[in-house]
Amino acid sequence: MFRIHVPADTTANAVGADAVFKEFERILGEGDLPITVGRSGSRGAFWLEPLVEVECGQDRLAFGPVTPDDVESIVAALLARVDHPLSLGPVGALSWLAEQKRVTFARIGEGDPLDLELYQRLQGFAGLRRAITLPRQAIVDDVLASGLRGRGGAAFPTGVKWQTVLDAQAQQKYIVCNADEGDSGTFADRLLMEADPYQLIEGMIIAGIAVGADRGYIYLRSEYPRAYQVLTQALSRCRQAGFLGETVLQSEYAFDIEVRLGAGAYICGEETALLNSLEGRRGVVRAKPPLPAIEGLFGQPTVVNNVLTLAAISSVLALGGEAYAALGVGPSKGTVAIQLSGNVQRGGLVEIPFGTTLRSVIDKWGGGTRSGRPLRAVQVGGPLGAYLHVDQLDTPVTYEALADAGGMLGHGGLVLFDDTVDMAQQARFAMHFCAEESCGKCTPCRIGAVRGREILDRVSHQEAADEDLILLRDLCDTMEQASLCAMGGLTPLPVRSALEHFSEDFVRANEPAGVVAGTQS
Amino acid sequence: MNAGVQFYEPQPDSGTPVRQSEVQIQLRIDGQSVTVTEGTSVMAAAYAAGVRVPKLCATDSLEPFGSCRVCMVKIAGRRGYVASCTTPVSEGMEVSTHDEDLTRLRRGVMELYVSDHPLDCLTCPTNGDCELQSVAGEVGLREVRYGFRGENHLQLPKDTSNPYFTFDSSKCIACSRCVRACEETQGSFALTMEGRGFNSRISTGRDSSFLDSDCVSCGACVAVCPTATLTENSIIDQGIPEHSVITTCAYCGVGCAFRAEVRGQQVVRMSPWKEGQANEGHACVKGRFAFGYATHPDRITEPMIREAIDQPWQVVTWEQAFSFASSRLKSIQAEHGRNSVGAISSSRCTNEEVWLVQKLVRTGFGNNNIDTCARVCHSPTGYGLKQTLGESAGTQDFASVASADVIVVMGANPTEAHPVFGSRLKRRLREGARLIVIDPRQIELVGAPHVSADQHLALRPGTNVALMNALAHTIVSEGLHDQAFIDARCDNVAFEEWLEFIRQSENSAEATEIHTGVPAEKLRSAARLYATAGNAAIYYGLGVTEHSQGSTTVMAIANLAMLTGNIGRPGVGVNPLRGQNNVQGSCDMGSFPHELPGYRSVADDDVRGEFEAAWGAVLDGEPGLRIPNMFEQALSGQFRGLYCQGEDIAQSDPNTQHVEAALAAMDCVIVQDLFLNETAKFAHVFLPGASFLEKEGTFTNAERRISPVRKAMEPLSGKADWQATLGLAQALGCEWHYDKPEDIMREISALTPTFAGVSYDKLAQQGSIQWPCYDQAHEGTPIMHEQHFSHGMGRFIPTVYQATTERCNKRFPLILTTGRILSQYNVGAQTRRTANSAWHAEDVLEIHPSDAEERGIRSGDWVGIRSRIGETVLHAKISERVQPGVVYTTFHHPVSGANVITTDNADWATSCPEYKVTAVQVTAVVKPSAWQQRQQEIDDLQKRLLPEAPCE
Repeated sequence: MFRIHVPADTTANAVGADAVFKEFERILGEGDLPITVGRSGSRGAFWLEPLVEVECGQDRLAFGPVTPDDVESIVAALLARVDHPLSLGPVGALSWLAEQKRVTFARIGEGDPLDLELYQRLQGFAGLRRAITLPRQAIVDDVLASGLRGRGGAAFPTGVKWQTVLDAQAQQKYIVCNADEGDSGTFADRLLMEADPYQLIEGMIIAGIAVGADRGYIYLRSEYPRAYQVLTQALSRCRQAGFLGETVLQSEYAFDIEVRLGAGAYICGEETALLNSLEGRRGVVRAKPPLPAIEGLFGQPTVVNNVLTLAAISSVLALGGEAYAALGVGPSKGTVAIQLSGNVQRGGLVEIPFGTTLRSVIDKWGGGTRSGRPLRAVQVGGPLGAYLHVDQLDTPVTYEALADAGGMLGHGGLVLFDDTVDMAQQARFAMHFCAEESCGKCTPCRIGAVRGREILDRVSHQEAADEDLILLRDLCDTMEQASLCAMGGLTPLPVRSALEHFSEDFVRANEPAGVVAGTQS
Repeated sequence: MNAGVQFYEPQPDSGTPVRQSEVQIQLRIDGQSVTVTEGTSVMAAAYAAGVRVPKLCATDSLEPFGSCRVCMVKIAGRRGYVASCTTPVSEGMEVSTHDEDLTRLRRGVMELYVSDHPLDCLTCPTNGDCELQSVAGEVGLREVRYGFRGENHLQLPKDTSNPYFTFDSSKCIACSRCVRACEETQGSFALTMEGRGFNSRISTGRDSSFLDSDCVSCGACVAVCPTATLTENSIIDQGIPEHSVITTCAYCGVGCAFRAEVRGQQVVRMSPWKEGQANEGHACVKGRFAFGYATHPDRITEPMIREAIDQPWQVVTWEQAFSFASSRLKSIQAEHGRNSVGAISSSRCTNEEVWLVQKLVRTGFGNNNIDTCARVCHSPTGYGLKQTLGESAGTQDFASVASADVIVVMGANPTEAHPVFGSRLKRRLREGARLIVIDPRQIELVGAPHVSADQHLALRPGTNVALMNALAHTIVSEGLHDQAFIDARCDNVAFEEWLEFIRQSENSAEATEIHTGVPAEKLRSAARLYATAGNAAIYYGLGVTEHSQGSTTVMAIANLAMLTGNIGRPGVGVNPLRGQNNVQGSCDMGSFPHELPGYRSVADDDVRGEFEAAWGAVLDGEPGLRIPNMFEQALSGQFRGLYCQGEDIAQSDPNTQHVEAALAAMDCVIVQDLFLNETAKFAHVFLPGASFLEKEGTFTNAERRISPVRKAMEPLSGKADWQATLGLAQALGCEWHYDKPEDIMREISALTPTFAGVSYDKLAQQGSIQWPCYDQAHEGTPIMHEQHFSHGMGRFIPTVYQATTERCNKRFPLILTTGRILSQYNVGAQTRRTANSAWHAEDVLEIHPSDAEERGIRSGDWVGIRSRIGETVLHAKISERVQPGVVYTTFHHPVSGANVITTDNADWATSCPEYKVTAVQVTAVVKPSAWQQRQQEIDDLQKRLLPEAPCE
């Protein structure tokens, strides 16, 4: 008896998983075969998608990437118990996966993401069951001990935030999950919500119990329809099973969650703009203070955490804060979910303890560029992250080391570029992105991004004067130091790093042709 | 505070609102120590320390926003820079507001601003009065390296739809101050930011102009705009002001304080004064913008006389006019007796002027035939509150509403008629206070942006007393009354007597439902809400007083407040919203046939003795004639001479045809007014009046606040109104000597105990004074009856409901009720002579769709409105704001003839007309009524009789 798992993940579907699944259904429907097929979550090894897994007793064999044309032969090979060219062997033995340290992503790809039984069989709700038995302060203490920091990008200590909300006096408090994952080159939130939604729900319930909130919202970007579907069904099953509602697992605590869809604004991933949007207002950034932990959603104390942060909470409570903190190095505790994309051989999600160097991540998991050309730059941490030069790749993946290198970890996205990249264009893109996505509230971002784009247009049209690059640096200072939020404040990061490490791309006008880097092979 | 004339400069602005706190925080700003309340922003703390931090998006009337980023400062121990507007102070904080880094940073931001701003400062309307310009100067911006070829908004078109201001989007810096002012200050939510990022633009909604939008033209947005984006047309046309004078608005009873901003003799802008306690820097479309009537060509600026009302007017000198008038009055009195003449004082004139008019009647005419237009609006308030609470005035200041938890608005429409108070009220409602509206009509507060009534008791007009009794009955029967308060503060015998009355089953919610039409359960919910939600405050208007049982309803309101202990502290009380600017004052000043100033009876020998000693005259101890009695006696030939100051009785009093006949029967009608009003068409002497901009004095608003009126321009006629009255009195033989209004105030305070501590010096020092003010040391009384009632114990008075005799029947099946609209004021003499007519060019009849359908009436049709008294014709407007069976109109235009149909019915106690209930029939017609045609003819004729016919 074989059980075939075809991922229903958005990325897997984008490369044909749906068609593969349908082909399995068609073929298996024709005869009375000892094979069943179902949809699962993805394991995040996107370079192998569609990655089909076959469950056979204790074994779990991987095939991939599979096309609909391969389906018939795979079925035949299974029945005949012979090898198949696409066979990758036992999935657990794939070194790309085996060498990771999956904590938050430990369950993804194991089976139907909505299977509540499976979730619990894989230690799901262990954290919640423990939390229910603890006083609120003890839960927060555990989170403090875990050293968990916000995985959305700001890396603020989660326990400190929770403590603030716990200490705030109010009739009503809220838990808000920031699932507006808008950074280019990131997909960890989506992957988790599609493949392991209960873990997020569990984390939110724990958060609610810890700080005294009985209502949670997941602010999900509208570009994630599959995640919306999965979450909605998962919430409904949790309500039926008594994990959500008037009493959580028959405890004294009530908690429920609502999913709200964004409307396509990147800035609504900024926590205060997100709260405005949730309240039905214009998605503009609020000045801080007041902190959302004191005056957040509808003016009430609110925990706003990223998907991965809340998901990690389940592990923190299940393992204990100390055990979670034992992973990682220095103040960068636990694991980091690195998302490899761009010009990369083996793109996907890599969860490892903090401290590994960028180079080892890129070499070991990324396998170099997809084009095969030399790697020239890596953008770390989304569109507002710095472009690191290949010479900087020995930087360890920790919040601190990346900051020292003039960058930031952000939400953990790594976008690779080979030597054909024009870094002046990339700098322009940073300003362009900011101009497109600025909420328009503060002046440095609203006007600065447009002016920055104009300067960089002059650079690329070879019309820029020397003073323009001075002006560009001054503009970066103004935006960084005076912007209201990280959008305008971080846009200078990619621009400055491009100017600093790839200055040759900015000096075309007065240079003889041929010496310009990035145009030579 | 310099309250007098000063050279123009923008009003001070600490950047962020004042925070109330017990906790004081000490910090250092640029090395200087300063102590402020907790919650204060670093910006405001710097201001308190005398340090100005540059700012653009911050202004102290609005919550901090943090968008402009020019107010960045450094705080020791914190990384980077923080916005001083959004950062609260903390103990021991060390702030640096100026150094090289900060200047560079601010200059960087300003360079961005100016890269998208026209460089036309020299020809810009706000040149010299522009915050963007000032900050550019402060930070030393010398060049814009970005150039001006980039993306910009410099070509955006202007919106000139509003008659008073222009919106020039090309100059907008997207600071959102206007949007926030519209929300936070005004509460209209008419403006928004459209688009995002660089495309963020201020908008009045999709494809609508300012005039078509929800904008109520309060001007709050214009006032807070830091650039020339929103600018008054008067400033565009005439330039920025050169000096300013603090004064008080002459429109409604809110009594807003203004800075009249002037160039030479020309008022170019009325800016609400931020320190004015009645309005705290806010204003409405009338007070802020509609001041052009003061210099309208219709103004009559020379005295005129004529032998008979069908003769042409003759321009004369002041002396000739006084002599003509006095000899006529004397000969009338010689022939018809002392009581054959009288006067009507004006609620629009100053306290000092009213004082002189009543003094003229009492000492010059030798009788008590003095009445005031308060007769037709709030006389029941004076009577009802005096009987129950012991003083003829509202109990609270306006600021009190900020502490109210549940607010009852009864027979009032604050957002239209008292707009600046309406905005305060809305703000409190947005903060979560509950609201009960008692009104036959669906006023705006029933459902407005971010505001809605918890209960709208849409009663049938004329059933106020039944409804109030049912509220009290419910509270008593459910044991929700405050027995401790009643025991401690109220007359127990009176209470027991009242209790026995109110417990009668005829006062139950179920029994009164047949009268009021309000479902019993709804009424009970409202009663519970009023009695149990915390601080409960009642605000009421003419929908309470202008009824045959007006005084009874006022007493029922006072009973209800005492019953629940809602008297004597902030957030509670009984609050009459006075109609005109000085209704309270004109009553205080003794404009009553039965009362001397300070509400003291003319029959009281001691009181009269005081005045006789001071005035050197013998006063009549018999009450004189009320206005309606004057009319009756005019028609019977006993009353033949009237001095009418600043009131248009021919338009504003009920039963116009009756009033006109009475006026026509008199031998000497002296009208003192700005314009040839309806009454002046029956006059023999016309004394040109002075607008509030042309004189000195004081007004007293609905919260008993005495505020100074100061001259911004010389009187067009050469005399302020008090000088005209003085001249007439002297011609009549009175030996009066006043050099200035301050001399009159000295006499007022000497003779009126509640004004004893009022002086011009104190007014200049405090800005305003709320009476009672007992002596020089007393600052006044924001909230009354705190420890005990003015007459000792509060007195409950039984209020038996009696239906009005004005009943509907087959011939007159509908009830007409009347009200006001925001843009027009009272009889419209002022506002019709301004651009306010853009919003309300004519009075219309609101009629419910079902009543309209029954009669085949569509919106815009001419409809005849016939009562038992008369008929007029208006255009119809189909509206569900009125309930079936009720029609509604306003009375701002003389040609509407609303009072041609209102009846002689009046309040039993005070003769206040029953304007709010007239049984009528409405039918579709094709042309204006016979009265209206005749009115038009008279109007034409009287204009031809003027020396130089002004055109209207």
